[in-house]
Parts: sequence; C-alpha cells; structure tokens
Amino acid sequence: MTPLLVAIALAVNLLASLWMQAQVPGWLPVPASAAAPYVDGLFALETAIGTFLFLGCVEVILWSLLFHRSNKYDLDNGDPIEGNTRLEIVWTLIPLVVVMAIAWHTTRVDATLATLGGKERVGGGEQALQVAGRAAAADAGDAGDAGTAGGPIQVIARQWSWEFVYANGVRSTELHLPVDQPAAFELVSLDVIHGFFIPAFRLKQDILPGSVIRYRLTPTRVGRYRLRDSMFSGGYFAANQSDVVVESEADFRRWLQEAAARPLAPSWNAAQESYRRRLERGDRGWAVVPPAPPPMVNVGLDPEAAHEG
Amino acid sequence: MSSSASITPPLRPASHPLPGAPDNWRRFFTFNTDAKVIGIQYIVLALFYLLVGGLLAMVIRGELLTPESDLVDPSVYNGLYTMHGTVMLFLFLFPILNGLNNLLIPPMIGAPDMAFPKLNALAFWLFPLFGTLLMLSFFLPGGPSSSGWWAYPPVSTQNPLGHFINGQFVWIVAVALSGVSSILGAVNFVTTILRMRAPGMGWFRMPIFCWTALAAQIIQLVGLPVLTGGAVMLLFDLSFGTSFFQPEGGGDPMLYQHFFWFYSHPAVYVMVLPVFGIFSELFPVYARKPLFGYPLVALASFAITGLSLIVWVHHMFYSGTPQWMRHLFMFSTMLIAVPTGIKVFAWIATLWRGRLRLTTAMLFCLGGLVNFIFAGITGVMLATVPVDIHVGNTYFVVGHFHYVIFNTITFGVYAAIYHWFPKFTGRLLYEGLGKLHFVLTFVGSTLNFLPMHWAGLMGMPRRVASYDPEFALANVLASLGAFLLGVATIPFLLNLVSSWVRGEKAGPNPWNAIGLEWLLPSPPPLENFEDDVPTVLNAPYGYGLDRPLVADEERYVQRSQRA
Repeated sequence: MTPLLVAIALAVNLLASLWMQAQVPGWLPVPASAAAPYVDGLFALETAIGTFLFLGCVEVILWSLLFHRSNKYDLDNGDPIEGNTRLEIVWTLIPLVVVMAIAWHTTRVDATLATLGGKERVGGGEQALQVAGRAAAADAGDAGDAGTAGGPIQVIARQWSWEFVYANGVRSTELHLPVDQPAAFELVSLDVIHGFFIPAFRLKQDILPGSVIRYRLTPTRVGRYRLRDSMFSGGYFAANQSDVVVESEADFRRWLQEAAARPLAPSWNAAQESYRRRLERGDRGWAVVPPAPPPMVNVGLDPEAAHEG
Repeated sequence: MSSSASITPPLRPASHPLPGAPDNWRRFFTFNTDAKVIGIQYIVLALFYLLVGGLLAMVIRGELLTPESDLVDPSVYNGLYTMHGTVMLFLFLFPILNGLNNLLIPPMIGAPDMAFPKLNALAFWLFPLFGTLLMLSFFLPGGPSSSGWWAYPPVSTQNPLGHFINGQFVWIVAVALSGVSSILGAVNFVTTILRMRAPGMGWFRMPIFCWTALAAQIIQLVGLPVLTGGAVMLLFDLSFGTSFFQPEGGGDPMLYQHFFWFYSHPAVYVMVLPVFGIFSELFPVYARKPLFGYPLVALASFAITGLSLIVWVHHMFYSGTPQWMRHLFMFSTMLIAVPTGIKVFAWIATLWRGRLRLTTAMLFCLGGLVNFIFAGITGVMLATVPVDIHVGNTYFVVGHFHYVIFNTITFGVYAAIYHWFPKFTGRLLYEGLGKLHFVLTFVGSTLNFLPMHWAGLMGMPRRVASYDPEFALANVLASLGAFLLGVATIPFLLNLVSSWVRGEKAGPNPWNAIGLEWLLPSPPPLENFEDDVPTVLNAPYGYGLDRPLVADEERYVQRSQRA
C-alpha cells in the first residue's frame, strides 16, 4: 500500500467514525437527567474511537483477503516475517494510551455525576424502613410544607412492586419528580436484590437487602419514563416496572397535594395479575415465590399510560 | 538417532485399540486413561450438551419473539435461561476445551499421554455425573434452578417449595463437582506442560496453544477454589440455615458477588485463552507465514492471566461499590485491552502478505477474529463506569457476552475441530458442508447478537420473560438469528458423522502444517512418539524460514506416512 492509500483510508475512517458518533443519540432513549448528556457523550466518544480502530483492523484483514489469497493447492509460503520490534512496541503503546486516556476522562465525568451517597448496613427489611423513615421525617420537619418534595424519597422494592414514600407521607407506585430539581432517595429492599433503573436518566443502582443506600439525581426533561427492575429478582422480575413522571414544579406540588387527599388503596400490580392467572390455570409451571401483596398507596399504577423512554 | 535424554516416556503396552479405529466404539464408554480417548469423550459429550443448550436457547428466543410472556410461564422461562447459561458454560465450553487440551497438548509437546492418566479419566467421568444431575433437575417438582447462572442470594436461597432437594440444591452440587473436575484437569494440564515437553522444547519453542492452555489452567487453580468455597457457603445458606449472605443473620449478599466474580470473570479468560491459542496456531498455517511476534504473543497470555484476577469488581459497579473502587477496577479492566491488543495486531500482521487459504477452519478463525475485535470495543465501553451503569444488566451485556462466548470462543472451537479432526480421526471433513456451516453460523450469530446491543442501549434489562413493545424489532431479529443458528448445526453434525464414517483419508499432514502433532500418523499411535521422541531445534511456525522444527525431521515425516 502506498502512503497515499493509507492516508485516504485514515481520512475515510475518520469521517465514518464521526458519522457513527453522530448516530449515537438515535440508539438511546431521550436524555432526561443531568447525568444523561455526560453518559451519552462518553458513549459517543467511545463509539467514534471504537469505529476508527474496528475499521482500521477490518480493512487490513480485507486487504489481505483480497490481494494475498492463494488457491488451495498452492502451498508456497508467504513472506517469512517473524516480527518487528518497533511495530510491536507501537501496538502495545497505542491501546495503552487510548484506554488510559478514556479511563482518565471517565474519572472526571464520574466526579461530575456523583449520584451515589452513603450506605448504611441494617439487619433486615423492618430495620431498613425505620432507618429510612427517620431521615425522611427529620427532613420533613425542616421543610414543614406538604407541597414540596421535602426530604429524601423512600424507594421500597419488593417482589414485585415499587413503592415511593414522600416526606409528607404520600405513598405512590409512580415516581413523581419536579423537573430541574435535585432529588434524593433512600433505597430499601424488603426481600431480594432489585435494580433501580431509569433508562432515560442513564442511571441504575442496585437495592440491597440489609442496606439503606442514599442516592441522588436531577431530572431535566418533563415527561413519563419507564423505571425498570434491572437486577434479576425471581419469578415475575420482568413485570416489575413502574413509571417516572417528571413535571413542572407547579404540577408536582398539585400532584402531591391531591395525592395526600386520596385514600390508601392497593395498586394495580402486574405480578399479582400474572400469579392470579397462573392459579386459575391450575398453578402449573415451576416453583415461584408468591408475589407480596400490592402496596397500599395514595396513587396507584396506570398500566395504560404511555411512556417516552 | 535422536535422543530423549531429559525425559524418558514411560512405556505401557497398548491395552486398547487406537482412537479412531472404527472397530471398538466401546472404549469411549469405559474408564479409559488414554488422553486421546478422553479428549474425544469430552468433545462428543460436550457437543451433545451444545444441542441441549441450543434447544433451551431456541425456546427462550421463541418466548422473546413477542413482547408478552405467552409461550411458557415466567417461572419456566427463568429456569430455562438459567439452565441455558449453565449448560453452555459448564457442560459445553469448559468440557469441549478440556477435550481439545487432552487431544492437543500431549502430541504438541511430544508427550506420550497426560501426566496423571487416571486422574484425567476421573476428571472426565465427573462430567457425565454432574451433567446428568443437572438434566435430572428438570424433573424435580419445583423445576431446575431458576436464579440465573450467577445464583445471587437471596433469590437463590428462597426455595419457594421448601423441599430439601430442590433445583438450586442440585445446581450448587453440580457446579461444585464441575469445579472439582476442572481443578483435577488443571493439575494434569499444568503438570504435563511443565514436566513432559520433548527434549529441546524450551519455553520459547512451545506452541502458543500450550502457552495459552497453561495460562488458562493456572487461572483455574487460583480462582476455582474461591468459587467452590462460595458455592459451599451458598449451599449451607440454602439448606442448613446459615446466614453467610443473609442480612437478617448479619450476613451480606455482596460477599457472594465477590466470591462469584473473583472466579467467574477470569473464567471467561479460561475459555478465551485457548481460543487465542487456536487462532495463533491456525493463522500461520493458512497464511503460510510465521506467527508475527511469537514471543510477545506468548507472554501476553500471562499478562492476561495476571490481569484477569484483578478486574472482578467491574461486574459490581452498580451494586453500591464506592467510587474509588469503581475507578481502581476500571483502570485494571482497561489494561486488559493491551495484551489482547498485542494478540489481535499480531494475528492481523500474520495475515499481511501471507498466502491465504480460505479453508473452513480459516473462515471460522477470520470470522472469530473480526467478532472478537468488535467484542473488545464493547468491552472497553463496559469498563467505563458511567456507560456500564447505563447498559450494565441490560441486553447490551448479553450481546457483548455472546460476541465473546459464541462469536469468538465457539467460532474458535469450530475452527479447531475443522483443523484437527483429520489428525485424530484420520479422515477429512467435507469442505462444502463446512463452508455452509460457517456461512449459516456467521449470519445467524450476527443477526442474533448484534441487535441485542441496541435493545440494551434502549434500556431492555437482561433476563426478562416479557418486555415493552419498543424492543420488539431487535428481539424478532435476534430470534430469527437464533433459529438460523439452530439450522446451522445440521450441516455440522452431518459432516462430523459422515466424515468420520467414510470421509476421505487425511494422511499425516493434510494442511501442510508445521508442528510436532503433524509429524505423527493420523490418528496418532497410542503413545504418540512412543520411545522415539523428536528433539526440538527451533521455535514453531517456521513457514518459509527453511529451518527444521526437529532433528531428523525427514525420518519422522517418512515414518508418519508409512503408518
């Protein structure tokens, strides 16, 4: 290959990599949190670097396939090159520099995100609820206003439901958050490990039984997004979904006030529905833990609501 | 005459006929201590379990063809995906690679057999035992284990029916037995490579397959005791009321994750290292060039071994791991790109200005190489903490993992089968069926595993029995790919069976390759070189270098042709 051909190939690969980088937003849900642009930017950068390296490797392989083929009865040898120390040093250093640079850049992105707060070890579900409730009550005392989010929102994960408890005592199976305001959470699991995953926020945190985990994030876009259980939690794991509703400050206050006025009632629950159908069909299938009763909440889940991401 | 001064192979009379001899198939069902018989036992049984695991995969993909959970009950789905992973790892990939080790290591280093033949047979016979246990667990009242192949507590210790013998119990026992079997195998492979090499075969005259086998088996020796210990603790939590991992009793479920991943991340390197060895053996043969940078490629194997043991926490970035620990393990994980990069570039440079012959084995190597480059790039993405936090535990990881485990490792295993089948059966495989197998496999696996990355980026969690409608397109494509992969096994199995029965006679060296195993007749005699072990004079892969591999090479060539 002449140097000119190499230069053309590199230029084409560079353009292709930039084009791929530009495609990245199309492969992801709408970005709806303060973290999302950073995560997407990092992923897009890695896509560009990865495309460049992938194309370079594949082009050399294709060149060899096209121009260095021999037929199956031709047993002549190729050029007996055993190695090239300088080249080997170069291709040891290039990946080293590339991955270390990416890692260094990542630590800075990570410092910006800073979503994970402390973790407090507790003995079990009851104790976890007490620890989480204590902090929420204290913060609610400070704020004293039923109309604001107040203290941290308790996230209670069960097999298989989500329950969100606000500082003013409102219980909901939908997570409502005011846009552009930092939200704090206390993550509690009453049985097994669950994953608190909101794809549109690009954020995920496992909820561990025996720990109260403090967590924070800032939603930045009004809309209704999916919240999914990301850590396999047994029988009806796939059904353990809810929605995050990000709304304006005024809408959020109104929702919180209206919710406080509503009576507690069991929420619609996908796992319960599935389990009921299973029992109707004669309890066939392999062993499964019966779902916990649906949480008693002021605001239940609407299975028909359309989500954006 | 060559001398074998340093090593005197023990001489034993042939108590059984040669492998490949069609007259006595019964030896494959006995406690046979011949490494070549054991190798074929491993490979044939592993291929049977490939079909079992594949069948499970197709039921899974059938369920995921539509968003609703409508083909099987979700509890059944969980059992199926758990057993799919378990079967493919513990009953297909580990055993088939042990089979290749058994077939290839002794002839490649000029040894008559493995160092401990009885231990070798024992390690093999544990395989049908734990395989049968796992299969029987399908018929237990509560079904098989359904907590995923990670078996994270507390899900894995819930035991809904309360029976003492339950799917999870049998699963843990089987995995522990598999660990024991692998440790026995590792002791054997390491000892054989360290102690039984032909005269003159110093480290840098040893084939890369043996380097990578050694690097991989050392991981088994270091890592498996940790997993087996974790499995025993899990068994006690499940069945005897301990609380190593139960918060109510002061335990911590995170502890299990450390035990599990300390071994199970390196386990991927146990599987991929021998495949790097296969690539390093085959590219020189079919490009007719020496392996580019052989010493560095050899050493890179041990760099991978070392790094593989200090990266496990990258599976736990979103599990409440503190920031400093995430960053430490991100850097160590990133470093793996360096030794793997060395290998990838060396293979590409080996192709460069070669004289490429596109046999089936070479096609699988090339396909596997391209897939592995892709998997390496998504691997670096997964190592970066914020990206992992978004795509971790989603289908992105499932896609990445299958690009490694199927599109690279299984491709490499297929390449090895096409390349070495003639050596150990004396018959050539049909190239036409082989190429059909390759095309179907490449198209099927790309269709199956590439769209999974997209589904994961969009937020589809792994292990779900049902999903939101926005993921339907990616899942339909993946399911079509999976069914195509099912079809692809038909020409493969047809080829294996019909070629073994009445394929063209191979001769000792059908690919005109350089290596000790190609100086033996096909199939090799019971104890390979017997009492006439060649003295190695040079590094392997001397294509075009006009130098002999061993002293008296011509005599060995003629002897292999006479047989």
